[in-house]
Amino acid sequence: MVEKYLTVTALTRYIKRKFELDQHLTTVWLKGEISNFKHHSRGHMYFTLKDEQSKILAVMFAGYNRSLRFAPENGMDVIIKGEVSVYEAMGQYQLYVHDMIPDGIGALNLAFEQLKEKLEREGLFDQSKKRLIRSIPEHIGIITSPTGAAIQDILSTINRRFPTVKISIFPALVQGDQAKNDLVKKIAQANLDATIDHLIIARGGGSIEELWPFNEEIVARAVATSKIPIISGVGHETDTTIVDFVADLRAPTPTAAAELAVPLQTELTARVLQAKRTLTKEFNGLIKRKRERLSYLQANYAFQYPKQLIAEKEQQLDRLVELLARNITQQIRKNKENLYRSSAQLKLNSPNHRVSVAQQKVEFLTQALDHHFQQLFNNKLTRFDHYLNQLHLLSPLSTMKRGYSISYDQTGTIIKSVRQVKSGEKITLKLTDGIIDSKITTIREDEHD
Amino acid sequence: MTEKKRTFEATMAELEAIIKKLEADDVPLEDAISYYEKGMKLSKWCDDKLTQVEKQVANIITEDGEFKRVEIEGE
Repeated sequence: MVEKYLTVTALTRYIKRKFELDQHLTTVWLKGEISNFKHHSRGHMYFTLKDEQSKILAVMFAGYNRSLRFAPENGMDVIIKGEVSVYEAMGQYQLYVHDMIPDGIGALNLAFEQLKEKLEREGLFDQSKKRLIRSIPEHIGIITSPTGAAIQDILSTINRRFPTVKISIFPALVQGDQAKNDLVKKIAQANLDATIDHLIIARGGGSIEELWPFNEEIVARAVATSKIPIISGVGHETDTTIVDFVADLRAPTPTAAAELAVPLQTELTARVLQAKRTLTKEFNGLIKRKRERLSYLQANYAFQYPKQLIAEKEQQLDRLVELLARNITQQIRKNKENLYRSSAQLKLNSPNHRVSVAQQKVEFLTQALDHHFQQLFNNKLTRFDHYLNQLHLLSPLSTMKRGYSISYDQTGTIIKSVRQVKSGEKITLKLTDGIIDSKITTIREDEHD
Repeated sequence: MTEKKRTFEATMAELEAIIKKLEADDVPLEDAISYYEKGMKLSKWCDDKLTQVEKQVANIITEDGEFKRVEIEGE
């Protein structure tokens, strides 16, 4: 049996302490390839660093990776500074990364390429986004350091070429951590002045780190969204910054930017002079052409022989009058013909025919009505005769012919019983050929059992 | 920007348009004369603009929007 035992936690902590006490593991410089890269939503980066034979888990916390100037990707070779320790919960040793730079290509170059690609994809470099720089400005703004060679180069260039332009300088930090925010602020401030025709954003030459503010995304976006067109002139001829790509016009140096910003006054003077000469030349030419035309017209047939011309016109007039008369007669005849044709058509479409058709129909219906009525009447008549014969057979009159009579009392009621009447009452006897008014003298009732 | 502000560029463009019109053969003489007069006036305006202007100075605009004159070296 084992006399003493350890907990897993105690063992893990023991191992972890071993790692932490080892000087070789507390500061490690490592070279490897990134794989399984994951940028967690909370800001931490997790990945595996590997070479041909081995791999190690790595984590770069948000506090460290915030200052990275490039976005790590799978397959990227990097150089890392960090420490190795144990992640107790999983019992795993891993690399805690403090700093990381791309191997082979400089971190700044990579960041530059990545931002350039991103903004290009968004269309910020599109030629269609470029605004036109007014060739003859009245007011220009300059965003640059108020000290240094760049501003002096720009001012003396403008002064030499076009001293009549108004200049507003917006002093800005052009290097260091604060520069990007300051540049953005100055672009915004310059945009408040609507009289500014265009802006120069410039900086003298320097290292890639010194020029870096001009490669910052927020600066590039500020340049892209500026309402006032912007000319960039950053660094030397060989330097290219992101701002150069988004600017409306790109100059290789501050001096070149100033040259693009203003025209050469002497050129303008020459242009005005040239325009004035052309104007006079064209005007004189026009007058000359008019005069030539006048001479030509004066020499014309009509001016030379006006009578012949009139006679010719008279003749022409006669012919036209004749033609007119003929045309009118023809027109009248044509209209008459049209009228005849129209009335013939009208006759064809006259309602008489329809009326006679309707009349025939009425006649037919009347006859049918008569016929039906006659038939109905005859039917009824036959039936009436038949009923009459039957009635005749049942009629009391035929019985009366055999000697019977009908007695009515004074109210006209038929007397069917001796009890209906009283002695002395007047009654009426109806016989087949007349009436007898009589008076009851005696009533004898038959005796029944 | 003032209402009746005339720019050099626009004026030059106008002048060039007038020259174009004079190049046409069918422009009536009366029009041609008024074009010419207008053109001369415009070219004088441009000329004046370039010759008789005061030299401008450069100003530094502070963050509070105040002006500070700047000396230009190399004059």
